[in-house]
Order: sequence, then C-alpha cells, then structure tokens
Amino acid sequence: MPAPDVLIHARGLAKKFGDAVAVAGIDFDLRRGEAFGFLGPNGAGKSSTMRMIGCVSPPSGGELTILGLDPVADGPAIRARLGVVPQEDTLDVELTVQENLLIYGRYFGLPRRVIAERSARLLEFVQLTDRAADQVEPLSGGMKRRLTIARSLINEPEILLLDEPTTGLDPQARHAVWDRLYRLKQQGVTLVLTTHYMDEAEQLCDRLVVMDGGLIAAGGSPRELIERYSTAEVLELRFEPASHEQAADKLADAPAERIEVLADRVLLYTPDGDAALAAVRGLGLDPLTSLVRRSTLEDVFLRLTGRQLED
Amino acid sequence: MTWSFATREFRYWLTNYRRTWRGSIYSSVLGPVLYLAAMGLGLGTLVDAHGTARLGGVSYLAFLAPGLLAASAMQAGIGESTYPVLGSVKWRGTYYAAAASPLRPADIFHGHLLFTTMRLAMNAVAFMAVMAAFGAIASPWALAALPVAVLTGLAFAALVESWAITVSRDTSFALVFRFGMIPLFLFSGTFFPVTQLPAWIRPLAYVTPLWHGVALCRSLSLGQVHPDDLGGALVHAAYLVALAAVSIAAGNRTYRRRLCV
Repeated sequence: MPAPDVLIHARGLAKKFGDAVAVAGIDFDLRRGEAFGFLGPNGAGKSSTMRMIGCVSPPSGGELTILGLDPVADGPAIRARLGVVPQEDTLDVELTVQENLLIYGRYFGLPRRVIAERSARLLEFVQLTDRAADQVEPLSGGMKRRLTIARSLINEPEILLLDEPTTGLDPQARHAVWDRLYRLKQQGVTLVLTTHYMDEAEQLCDRLVVMDGGLIAAGGSPRELIERYSTAEVLELRFEPASHEQAADKLADAPAERIEVLADRVLLYTPDGDAALAAVRGLGLDPLTSLVRRSTLEDVFLRLTGRQLED
Repeated sequence: MTWSFATREFRYWLTNYRRTWRGSIYSSVLGPVLYLAAMGLGLGTLVDAHGTARLGGVSYLAFLAPGLLAASAMQAGIGESTYPVLGSVKWRGTYYAAAASPLRPADIFHGHLLFTTMRLAMNAVAFMAVMAAFGAIASPWALAALPVAVLTGLAFAALVESWAITVSRDTSFALVFRFGMIPLFLFSGTFFPVTQLPAWIRPLAYVTPLWHGVALCRSLSLGQVHPDDLGGALVHAAYLVALAAVSIAAGNRTYRRRLCV
C-alpha cells in the first residue's frame, strides 16, 4: 500500500493503442503538495500518462491508484477531485468568460452561489476580472489559457493536472502563466504537469521524471538530475560550418568529461568552462563563438537520450 | 446519479442555446408556414380538385400537415445531431471539457440528447400552432401527435448522434442528408400515401422509421385512431421506441470509445 501522503501511485503503468505502445510501463508516486513534472519530447508518452491520471483513458496494464481510488471503477469520484488544464483549450468560445466558469462549476454539481463566489475570486487570480462579461472568442491565447486554469480550479481540486500548459504561447504570456502556477504551488496546490520546455520544468517542478519512448529514463529534483547526469558547467562552441566536423574531431583531446557534437554546436561538459576554453584554444582551435553556462535539464535529456528536447 | 449528471450536460446546452434561441424560434415557425402555404394550400388546391378519396377523403392540407410534422421532427433530430456533435469533439472540444469533470461519456450523450428532445418539443409545438392557424387539424386527438413527433425526432437523433461521435470529418454528414434524410422525407408517406408507390418498393417504406412516425401522427391528427385499430398505433410507437432504445445503447458505447480512449 502506498503511504498516506501519496496521491497518485503508479507501478508498471502502460498504455497501448492497438499495436502502438504509448506508455511502456512506468513507476512513479506523487506526494501531496509537490509539483511533479513529466519532461520529454512530443510522443514520449506524457499526454497518454496524463489522460490515464485524468481518468479519461483506461490503463492497458500495470497499477494506478489516484487518491486511493481505482481510476476505472471510480472515475467520476476521482475526477470530482481533480482539476484539468488540457493541452488544447476546450472552452466554449461562443460563451462569455463568466459563463464558461458557470457551466464548468455546474459539471461539478456546485450551486450557483458557490460558483459565483469562486468565479469572482478565480478571475481576480488569473487577472481576467475586467473580461468577465466578454465573449471568449476574441481573447488572446494567453488569456484563454489563464481562463482554462481558472476553470480547472472551480472545484477546488486536490490535484491540478496541466498538460503542456504553455505550449503555443508567446514568451510574455508564458511568463504570466508560470507566475500564476508558481503562486498556486506556493498555496500548496499539488501540481502535475507535462512539458517539453526544460525551463518550465526547472522553474515549476520540485520533482520530475524524464520520459522518452514511453519509459521513464530518470527521475529526481531538477538539481539532482543535473548533478547526476551532467557537469557543473557546459562550454558551447560554434565553428565555421565548413570546419565544424574537423574541429569536433580535434576536440576529442580537449579536457572534458563528455563531448556532444550537435548539428550546429559542440558541447563540452566540464567542471570549469573557462579552463576548458583555454585548453581548446591551446589545441589551436579558434571557435566563432564560445559560451560558458551552467548545465540545464536540456543537457540531462541529451545525456539520457542522445537527442535534444526542443527542435 | 446518472440523471443528475446528464442534467448537467443538458444545462450546458441550455446555456449555449441562450445565444441563439430567438433565431431558432423564427425558423421553427417560418418553416411550417412556408411548407403548409406552398404545398398544403398551393399544391393542395390542385390535389383537392381531383378528389381526395385516395387520401382518405380529407383535404390535402389536413393530410399533409401531420406528415410534415413528423418529417420536420426527423429533419430537426438529424440536424441537431450532426454538426453539434462533431463540433463538440472536433472544433470546440467541449465534450472533452465535460469528460474531464465527473460526467461519464454516457452522461454527456444523454444530456445532449435531452437538449435535442427539448428542441424537438419546441419545434413540434410551434408546428402544431401553425397547423391550427392553417385550419389543418381535424381532431383534438392531434395533441397526441405532439409526443409522437418528438419521439420520431428523438429516434433519429439518438441514431445519428450515436454515429456522429464516431465520424472524423463532416463530409460524411452530406451523405446522410442526401442519401438518408431526403429520400425518407420524400418517400415515407409525407406527401402522398405509401400505397401510391409501386408494390415492390412499399415494404421498404414500411420499415423506415419515418413512415411509422408519419402514419401515427396522421391518424391522430385526423382523429382516425379507433379502439379497434389501437394495435396499429402501438406498433408504430413501439417501433420508434425500440429504435430510440437501441440507438441509445449504441451511443453509450460509441461515446465511451471516442471520449475515453
């Protein structure tokens, strides 16, 4: 039996669509109050996992317990306690902002008075109070996303599921959404999110798992993952496209724990980037640009899968 | 519990309908006015001049109106079940929003069907009011044709909704309209008695659901349901109830397959 503060418990969880395997058997536990992320590229099995947690997709194998209940038998009871921000907005764009909250509150069987009171508070929270009476259609993508977040909170959920919460938003709108999610986290709301943005995962997640090909490649806090799978610093070098290959070969002698040759850059994993850059110059190489930076989850992903997260 | 969940989806559609109800009322009234004026009065004058023995001795208007009541219920039932269903999964995603809440796929289906039923009832009442205004009602039994028209529309709505949820593109709907709805509309006894059809094709008309709706609405509207042929009326009603029930059972499955995969 999972510990009492474990809200979601999965062992060998799998999802197949015919012959296609979307999730190939994963284990994880979500604890109350934490922000937990599934990081991975498109097609890694993140959304399928999320839909199983959301009780709108029956698992094909393994164990899954949500809030101590069985998602297949107790779907309605579990969904009553979840908030869901789907990847694609599912707002009724013909209705007003307020009406969208009203109909959603009704789905949860809330009385009109409670919906009205919570709507006012939630619209304030997502900074849409002045648009309450406006139709949803003309709102910007960021506003619609924030409305979807407000809507997902109408039933005061114990777990908030966010599937790619900022995909498709411009940087400013993304930051506005992150800011709101960060506040929710501060308020102690348990968050589960999927993302293919490593900065999103780093900013919001206390703990995350890296998914690839339907499996979990690694898990831990962002810091732990970086410490375990990368070096403190990364030296990024760019060369003339013509001499890129040649330079990469020569770099084999450079003092780095690991070297990744990408299409447009070479990454040297090293505890000390500046020292490594001096050594590279010492080898007679003259990169067009060089950058010393700290390791990120992108580097973790590259190490684990040999591929880049974002293309 | 199931009913209360379905009611929640019904209330969603009601909220959605608040934006368009005025326009829909106009068309609910205007449609019957145009049809009864053109076909019932215009064409009817010619038909009546040739004698209406084959129509059972009633005016063409009185013959046609209850048939159109049933046929327009079919049209409305199909219309409310095609684009609104596909739109809810494909364009607006509102079914998925409901599916993320405590509602189950079947609740979403039943709630939508409940709303369609309400719309069918509104249309039928409007239609009958127009019939009354045209003097096309022969018997107080005509009031009993209201629920029959609604049942006719509901049977089609349940059937088409249970299928529309499986569709991925709206081009399929054009086929249903062209090869399903229009032939039924024209050849199920709405405009002329099925007995006018060649004998070999008549059985085909008798198995179509619309014919049962038309026949029952007509005999009620004309006050021709006598205690001794109550059985015929019951067969018509039972056929429509059975079609609705089978379609609802099918829809429970197809909705689950689409919304819970």
